[in-house]
Amino acid sequence: MTINVAMTVNGKAVSGKVEARTLLVQFLREHLGMTGTHVGCDTSQCGACVVHVDGKSIKSCTLLAVQAEGTKVLTIEGVAESAEKLHPMQEAFRENHALQCGFCTPGMVMSAIDMVKRHNYQLDETTVRRELEGNLCRCTGYHNIVKAILAAAPAMKSAGV
Amino acid sequence: MYDFTYHRPKTLADAVNLLKGKDEARPMSGGMTLIPTLKQRLARPSDVIDLGGLKELAGIKVEGNNVVIGGMTRHADVASSADVKAAIPALAHLAGHIGDPQVRNRGTIGGSVANNDPAADYPAAVLALGATVTTNTGKHAADGFFKGLFETALGEGELITSISFPKVEKAAYMKFPNPASRYAMVGVFVAKSASGVRVAVTGAGSCVFRVKAMEDALAKDFSSAAIKDIKIPADGLNSDIHGSAEYRAHLVGVMARRAVDAANK
Ligand SMILES: Cc1cc2nc3c(=O)[nH]c(=O)nc-3n(C[C@H](O)[C@H](O)[C@H](O)COP(=O)(O)OP(=O)(O)OC[C@H]3O[C@@H](n4cnc5c(N)ncnc54)[C@H](O)[C@@H]3O)c2cc1C
Ligand code: FES
Ligand code: FES
Repeated sequence: MTINVAMTVNGKAVSGKVEARTLLVQFLREHLGMTGTHVGCDTSQCGACVVHVDGKSIKSCTLLAVQAEGTKVLTIEGVAESAEKLHPMQEAFRENHALQCGFCTPGMVMSAIDMVKRHNYQLDETTVRRELEGNLCRCTGYHNIVKAILAAAPAMKSAGV
Repeated sequence: MYDFTYHRPKTLADAVNLLKGKDEARPMSGGMTLIPTLKQRLARPSDVIDLGGLKELAGIKVEGNNVVIGGMTRHADVASSADVKAAIPALAHLAGHIGDPQVRNRGTIGGSVANNDPAADYPAAVLALGATVTTNTGKHAADGFFKGLFETALGEGELITSISFPKVEKAAYMKFPNPASRYAMVGVFVAKSASGVRVAVTGAGSCVFRVKAMEDALAKDFSSAAIKDIKIPADGLNSDIHGSAEYRAHLVGVMARRAVDAANK
């Protein structure tokens, strides 16, 4: 079954023809060519594919593109203010050496931004670790990721993002 | 994933009609179980009926002594609901410990209860609290609803519209999560109300079940000491790479005592 879908991705109206079974992550990567969102598993467990749909973090490998019809999607490509100025969360990941191979990073950053906002910019280490349950990293051992998120929370607050 | 025909009805009546006409139609709520199943090609529905557009299935209401949660209500919304936290805090706690934040932003109570995964959390709450499952055709009492492995009393094309949980005096849920999947290795929900004590166990067997011996002991003395000598037989419990039946039987006792202590706090 082919269906027309239309949604907003990073502030831009996009549309396309998809199959009913096309996943949101496939629509982003293969139809729109936005390969920042990754696929790391086929069991909905790794979180490499996390994007925001209408302000909520979700796994784009476990949502059909048609389910995102009419929504506002934010991907890793849309979080930085400009090519020169990273989002405070991205900046904190860089400063804290929170990535090694970088495969999990887009999903980590998207989950992290959502968790900081949901907790009103106030997080402790235990909360960050619990909130990261849906994001796997095979390289870093999480320690620097947790540090980065704790550092980014006040930075996001003062930047007003 | 095999392809299928996608429908997004706007009313419950339309959804029920769409399900009726098709031989292999499947409803979809959060898709957190259905989509992974389709991706593995473990199911091949002709039609997927997305219940996401049914406003009548979403939302949480307090009606007298009951908290009524619409079938399409996401785990995250139950976890953060002021009404649920005030009326049955153990239920909000349970919802807040399902999977991970992204799963909780999509997964729904209707989907979870209909699916009846042997390690799912909600069935323990439904059974221990003596909830009522309402569908498009009628009502089901919790006892008798969960029939076996992934099996419920729901008939062909029957849709869960809401679940009604009576308020209780005290309740708590303790889960020992599998460290990888976050599903329950064993989860025990304990509830004390005017009509008695109910203890429901998930994760340990092929389907959620009650533990009569613990319920009787706790009815006399609602303390963890009252059940410390009750042994759960390992016969018929789940045994897999994550843990043996004996291990799970032991965990039931530990989680039940922790749940009683938590309920008494
Ligand atoms: C990584 C991961 C971790 C998870 N961890 C946990 C956990 O720790 N604990 C836990 O309990 N669960 C866990 N889950 C499962 C999650 O809670 C699912 O959301 C839930 O089991 C199914 O709900 P759903 O709304 O996504 O249902 P769907 O996937 O949409 O549907 C599930 C089944 O129910 C049927 N169905 C859906 N809605 C209805 C309805 N209203 N009436 C009748 N039938 C219906 C569908 O046809 C399908 O067969 C996890 C899932 C994932 C992906
Ligand atoms: S690719 Fe989505 S969770 Fe792994
Ligand atoms: S940095 Fe390699 S998986 Fe996380």
